[in-house]
Amino acid sequence: MKLDKNIIFKNWLILIAIVLLSVAPFMMNNYWIDVFFFFGIYALLGLSLNIVLGEVGLFDLGHVAFMAIGAYTTAILNTKFGIPIIILLPVSALAAAGFAWLVCSPIIHLRGDYLCIVTIGMGEIVRLTLINNPFGITGGPNGVFGIDFPSLGNIFMIDNSTEFYFLIWIVVGLTILALINLQRSRIGRAWNCIREDEIAAESTGIDVRYYKLLAFILGAGLAGVAGNIYASKLMIVSPESFTFMESCMLFCIVLIGGMGSIPGVLIGAAAISLFPEVFRTFAQYRMLIFGAAMVIMMVFRPGGIWPRKRGAVEFKSLLLKAGRDNV
Amino acid sequence: MRIFLEQMINGLTIGSFYALIALGYSMVYGVMKLINFAHGDLFALGSYLGFSLLVWGSAYVTSHVGLAGGMIAAMLIAAIGIGMAGIIVERIAYRPIYPAGRLPAVVSALGVSIFLQNAIMVAWGPRYQAYPVNVVPTVRFEIGGIHITLLQIIILILSFILLALLYYIIQKTTFGAAIRASALDRDTAALMGININTVIFFIFALGPALGGTAGVMVGMYYRQISFTMGWNYGLKAFTATILGGIGNIPGAMVGGLLLGIFEMLGSAYISTAYKDVFVFLILILVLIFRPRGLLGEKVAEKV
Amino acid sequence: MFKDNSVNMEMSVDTNKINENINSDKKEALETQELTKRFGGLIAVNNFDLKVNQGEISSLIGPNGAGKTTVFNVVTGIYQPDGGRVIFKGEDLAGNKPHQIVAKGIARTFQNIRLFSNMTCLENVMSGQHCRGSAGVWSSVFKSSYQKGEENRIREEAERRLHQVGLWKFRDELAKNIAYGSQRMLEIARALASNPDLLILDEPSSGLNDKESEDLMKFLKIVLKEDLTILLIEHDMNVVMGISDWVTVMDEGKKIAGGLPEDIYHNPLVIEAYLGKEEGEEL
Repeated sequence: MKLDKNIIFKNWLILIAIVLLSVAPFMMNNYWIDVFFFFGIYALLGLSLNIVLGEVGLFDLGHVAFMAIGAYTTAILNTKFGIPIIILLPVSALAAAGFAWLVCSPIIHLRGDYLCIVTIGMGEIVRLTLINNPFGITGGPNGVFGIDFPSLGNIFMIDNSTEFYFLIWIVVGLTILALINLQRSRIGRAWNCIREDEIAAESTGIDVRYYKLLAFILGAGLAGVAGNIYASKLMIVSPESFTFMESCMLFCIVLIGGMGSIPGVLIGAAAISLFPEVFRTFAQYRMLIFGAAMVIMMVFRPGGIWPRKRGAVEFKSLLLKAGRDNV
Repeated sequence: MRIFLEQMINGLTIGSFYALIALGYSMVYGVMKLINFAHGDLFALGSYLGFSLLVWGSAYVTSHVGLAGGMIAAMLIAAIGIGMAGIIVERIAYRPIYPAGRLPAVVSALGVSIFLQNAIMVAWGPRYQAYPVNVVPTVRFEIGGIHITLLQIIILILSFILLALLYYIIQKTTFGAAIRASALDRDTAALMGININTVIFFIFALGPALGGTAGVMVGMYYRQISFTMGWNYGLKAFTATILGGIGNIPGAMVGGLLLGIFEMLGSAYISTAYKDVFVFLILILVLIFRPRGLLGEKVAEKV
Repeated sequence: MFKDNSVNMEMSVDTNKINENINSDKKEALETQELTKRFGGLIAVNNFDLKVNQGEISSLIGPNGAGKTTVFNVVTGIYQPDGGRVIFKGEDLAGNKPHQIVAKGIARTFQNIRLFSNMTCLENVMSGQHCRGSAGVWSSVFKSSYQKGEENRIREEAERRLHQVGLWKFRDELAKNIAYGSQRMLEIARALASNPDLLILDEPSSGLNDKESEDLMKFLKIVLKEDLTILLIEHDMNVVMGISDWVTVMDEGKKIAGGLPEDIYHNPLVIEAYLGKEEGEEL
């Protein structure tokens, strides 16, 4: 059967990807391991934005602000109070999620492009505020530096490229498992319904406002986690990492891969993070090529490289099992 | 009071830049429902085009038509050049994607934006470029204790003429009615015999042309231009568009002027460092209370 | 809960009076009192009184622009009324959001079908049960046994509904890919999935051919037995006369008549509203 073949193919693909990702760092130099680390960061950010943009269809072009909140929470609490990075991981997630709740509550009713510009505005407000060094805690344009590596007392410390590589990819892996479960739950369905038709969703009994906010909060929380890992890897955070351009890149990750598709997000993240590296020899022309590639990509595959497939694979019938498929 | 009035004039000046750029966003959005992210970079390209014309052609132009003539020539050529660039962008990057819906077009627009920005960087170099000094003589007038430069007067007059002209075209001519009809409902407009392709051609030529003119004005006003300026001005102008109510032509003008004034008053009375924060806060507040912008109409969704 | 009112159905001259009396004996599932809704200067619904008896199929008819859909939108919470009350199970619904009203037991369909186009038929129906579930983020992420049990229940119910409307074979098709008539039935299945007490259908037979309309009528009579009340807007008089237990006629935002289908069919006020006030005009 065609259906079973698809599942086998998919499982093989997943297995190969996992094997490749786990042996990869032992076959690359540190430079490429770091490139793959940032691929992982982009994947995590892409997954977080995918909740908001891909699943619910909300135009969020300021998503990097949530990462900034997570990264600065980690940086400031670690350098000022010496709180370990590991403890700050959930704290950063909560800070970013709390920020999302606070900021998005009053604007969640805005539609389409109006929501889009407000998220852009929010992103810019966060970045400009960080530059302006309020209360002397964000370090202005230079940012905060001297952030620790993640460690468990004296037992264990993540301090080299390979270890960071595994940290980020394990987090990405766990996130993917969690998101797949969410996609196939009533929450994932509610999100998709809102994306398809807001009024029909509301009239079907879905609390549109609640589920939109939930998407923002979960997405922001995940971006906060990415911010935490990013800050401890670079040991420095500065406002220039959180520009509008970065938000646009995240937006492209989701759309290049295919809205609401988890493999799509991974492909999109790979395209965004690996492409400029592969074209490094072209130096100043590489972003030129990159821009052109985005256009060409959308002309030929507007639905993304790996759009989410719906149907049989996800839903094996319960009644079918009971042998009642003769109606 | 003196400071207030001077800031108002400064605000109107930069507000008129925003308004000219915002019109491009608004017209394209109105008809195509597309946020043309490349528009800011087309504006920047206009600024660089004007720069090159004034630098390379200044000797020839000044000896034949004078500096003022050079300025007008630079604006005209930038407007025509950028108008053509706008049409090319539409043909290559947007037209093939329309049937696929709105989001792919947004990515494509971002792609064009990155492409143009880097094309400018490759062509003119990554460093700041300075506009020639004496395009307009640095004359300052004092009216009742308020300082205003000749350049400001020229910019204000010129942009108000352009805004009035566009307002006239959109609101009073048959072709303007065709554009407004297409903005309301493209399919019905097409059924009523409006040639949508002509409308699209026109808005993708006129919007960027106005943006290119604004680019030359910004170059003359601030004298310093950089390849990233498209993002900054584009973002502000887009904010202005939303502030006024997207797709609404008078709204874009009002939004642009108001945004310029807010920005200048904010930097004068609150803090220079936080002026942009102030601008975005105002935008968010306006949208919370008027979700479709200042001049946007309240549209009940048809159920 | 199929109440037999044929016993009381004696045809008399002053049918309206008697019908009102018959009507008042029964328990109302839904009642609107002096309902008013304005759009700017236009009064779309004007002091409108509607009674829907429990366990019956009631129809709301009237010429185009009479305000029927607006009544539906007010009842289902999409619009807030400017005056009057919507009483359901003895409770005023005003101020509730649409999803809260669904949870209270009113489900609806739309005049121009609004499905979740890029989701499968099964997912569409499963979504209908959203308000009958309660699994949250954590139990979904960790697939708790509670969540799994609930998800299985949702799915079985959805599959039962798909069988019921005869769309089982399309369960894995995207909703946008199935035929128009099937889409109408899918939307009804989605509404039924929320296990409503009152089902509101906005022109369910529009766009259907005669065969499909007939199937629809049969289907509605069957589901009515599931402890359900149905209110529908309908233009097809065959459908209205064929299945309605009670018909309310609306024109220019006001109620102009209410009664048994046969009486409405001959009511001069109704004929006038549909055909205009011209002497000698025949229906």
